[in-house]
Amino acid sequence: MIQHLLDGILVGAILSLGATGLTMVMHMLRFANFSHAELLSIGAYVALVFDPLFKALLPLLSAQIGPLSMTWALVAAILVAMALTALSAVLFDRLVFRRVREKGEELSMVFASFGLALIIRNVIGLVFGLHTKLYSQDIVFATVLSRDPLILVKPDQVAVLGVALAVMAALHLMLSRTTFGYALRAVAENPALAQVNGINLGRMIVIVWLLGGALAAMAGVFYGLTNQITPVIGRDLVLPVFAATIVGGIGSIHGALLGGFVVGIAANLALVVLPSGYSPSVPFLIILAVLLVRPNGLFGEERA
Amino acid sequence: MIGVVSYLVFFTTVAAILAIAVLGLNLQWGNTGLFNGGVVAFFGAGAYGTLILGGTPQPDHLGGFELPYLLALLGGMAAAGALAWGVGVLTLRLRHDYLAIATFGVAVAFENLMRNAEALGGGAKGLRGFERPLREALGSGFLYNLAFLAFVLVCLVLVWRSLDRLVASPFGRLLRAIREDETAARSLGKSPARIRLTAFVTGSVIMGLSGGLYATFYAFVSPQDVLPVLTFQIWAMLIVGGAGNTRGAVMGAFLIWAAWTASGWGLSRFAPVEAQLYTGSIQYVLIGLVIVGMLLWRPQGLFPERLVVSQSGREGARSTQGERQ
Amino acid sequence: MAEPVLEVAGVTAGYVPDLPILRDVSMRAAAAAVTVIIGPNGAGKSTLIKAIAGLVPVSAGQIRHEGTAITHIRPDQMAQHGMAYVPQTDNIFRSLTVQQNLDLALRRAGPEATARLDRLHTRFPALADKRAARAGALSGGQRQMLAVAMALATAPRTILMDEPSAGLSPRAAQEVLEMARGLTESGVSILLVEQNVSQALRLADHCYILAEGRNQLDGPAADLLGDSVVAEIYLGGKRLRVGA
Repeated sequence: MIQHLLDGILVGAILSLGATGLTMVMHMLRFANFSHAELLSIGAYVALVFDPLFKALLPLLSAQIGPLSMTWALVAAILVAMALTALSAVLFDRLVFRRVREKGEELSMVFASFGLALIIRNVIGLVFGLHTKLYSQDIVFATVLSRDPLILVKPDQVAVLGVALAVMAALHLMLSRTTFGYALRAVAENPALAQVNGINLGRMIVIVWLLGGALAAMAGVFYGLTNQITPVIGRDLVLPVFAATIVGGIGSIHGALLGGFVVGIAANLALVVLPSGYSPSVPFLIILAVLLVRPNGLFGEERA
Repeated sequence: MIGVVSYLVFFTTVAAILAIAVLGLNLQWGNTGLFNGGVVAFFGAGAYGTLILGGTPQPDHLGGFELPYLLALLGGMAAAGALAWGVGVLTLRLRHDYLAIATFGVAVAFENLMRNAEALGGGAKGLRGFERPLREALGSGFLYNLAFLAFVLVCLVLVWRSLDRLVASPFGRLLRAIREDETAARSLGKSPARIRLTAFVTGSVIMGLSGGLYATFYAFVSPQDVLPVLTFQIWAMLIVGGAGNTRGAVMGAFLIWAAWTASGWGLSRFAPVEAQLYTGSIQYVLIGLVIVGMLLWRPQGLFPERLVVSQSGREGARSTQGERQ
Repeated sequence: MAEPVLEVAGVTAGYVPDLPILRDVSMRAAAAAVTVIIGPNGAGKSTLIKAIAGLVPVSAGQIRHEGTAITHIRPDQMAQHGMAYVPQTDNIFRSLTVQQNLDLALRRAGPEATARLDRLHTRFPALADKRAARAGALSGGQRQMLAVAMALATAPRTILMDEPSAGLSPRAAQEVLEMARGLTESGVSILLVEQNVSQALRLADHCYILAEGRNQLDGPAADLLGDSVVAEIYLGGKRLRVGA
């Protein structure tokens, strides 16, 4: 039970990072972006490419950080992954979404995102192979927190959780303390009024894609680090990430952060009752429950 | 020669079955603007429903009600309709992205449930023990397949004609009005949520019919038949044909199904052995490119209606604008 | 009229290209004065003010502010031209606090921000008291004040206001309109759309009447207030004569 809770918190942190960008894009551009989870995949694979590259170029970076399997090279690779994934998110907008948007086919954006997700996912499979990969072959032993009940925690998991929480705290401070954060929230609430108040929407859309892409990349690498890297990361995470945005209320960044934890923990606790084969269905059950009880999510405001 | 003909019969049967599902999606997306991200769930509900109701008793899973075939098929359609009603009631009064996400989720959950709940649908092994109707009279060879094809074509034509009639009816005009301008429709005293629910359930029942026929054709259904890729294929068919017109939907179904089988055959025959594992990925990339490419360069589809459907759409928009003035 | 600060010349505009709501509309607003636009429902009053703000595409004609053509500006460029726009509804960010709304509006004010905030707080003491409250929790009149304060935060020389008195109690409406009048004393020009015709005419300098998207009549507000035709059509006939 406690083990499930701990695992849930970890997964939840990853989902929160993924859901934050998604909720902003969904609210600003008003479509369910089914290709967002593929950004996690892109991030995970970019880091997989750059990690050995940095190790080869700068052997100093191959040193492991304390008790972690993570090396400094991987840290550098994460930063590159965030930058490149952020840029690819903007690129996808330029190539696909913006052009569909400008044709006035708003409803078709969902369609386009599904098609794009299919392309990204399978191109990754073709380039990197369908089999699973790992950042490090070294086995890092879990620390036994307690023997009865048996609770195991890997140092990597603790580090991932710590970094994710720190990023969320930084996001929260930005949203609640800086005018840039107010501007983001303003655009999410009422794009036309934001424009009247001097906010350049076109630039804001780019910033949201950059931010969403970078956070998704970080989530993707963390997922790869604590699970494994496969081309279907996007397929497996798209529903949980959507569930997190719905729990939090579409458009609420704070909601997405909390929603990620709710979904992660609920999905892991559900495994106490349900056989593990059913875990892919759990996010859907959570979505159903939210729609039944509180359709606008925990933080969402009613908006047509 | 007989081999070619029997392959053509086989191909036409499957394409016509899928065309029925495309017509169902066209009612939802083309006519009403409802995004269904989980076509395969409603297709699957029809397939599983038909086989469970019409099959012979099996020791390891639900079923064996041995209902007369047409009753079983109707039961499968009802199952699809009930599923659609549940999803629709929860989401259709919310922003449109909720419907997209919930339908996508229902498809994931449906496949997951069928894979795991052995007592319900036989689990990964699938659902067996279904006797195809009239087998004693027609045998199980070419003659049977030909007769079944005729039955499928009759279903296709019936669905096609009744949808054309529906769209031309006052109800159809209402659907278009809601799609173009929901506020105006509401101000006329119509309840958009209820009308959208009707369209969504009707479209899903049609998908259920398609699934029921598909399962009948193979006398078998398993989780492999309800994978997300089917949803993508059916979309590609609709979008290639041109959303909003039934003729295009049917032509798109045949065209995409031909392209899909041909590319699968070509890849399996000509691709090097070590690349065989990746033929699926290549096909998925192609279908993704078809969807995105059509949206960017030919959103009206390859077969826009000869009566210029976009013109009438714009007139509709203009008249609703006029009403607002 | 002296050189107008804002000039609209032969503007045709609408949301849909083939369906203009405004046809060949012209008007001029004088500096440091209140210019009011009145007319029946659907006359295109709000569309005119939105066209000036860059929110509705203009298909013909020209708009000039202080001599500069601003016909096709983006709404977010208004402040650079010394203009501000107060929408009729949904004119504040409900999920932000009062202070955050003001900070957002002040974010380009640079070193002047503190001084401007102090001035706004002096002018609207209620906003100072409620600075930590969520803007969504304000009363109707307070919301309108916040919206006007956000417009003032950019130190505009011209303010466009779309029915600032809509939905307010008669007293609050009177206060908002008087405040608009008061702004002209510091040299700000006001262009106002109003439903509340008699009140608006009493405090405006000049008035334009629009109907069916076209200019109908214009003149000094005081003259129109006494005009029997205007009274008959827009002011409810006899009631006015009794009131006036």
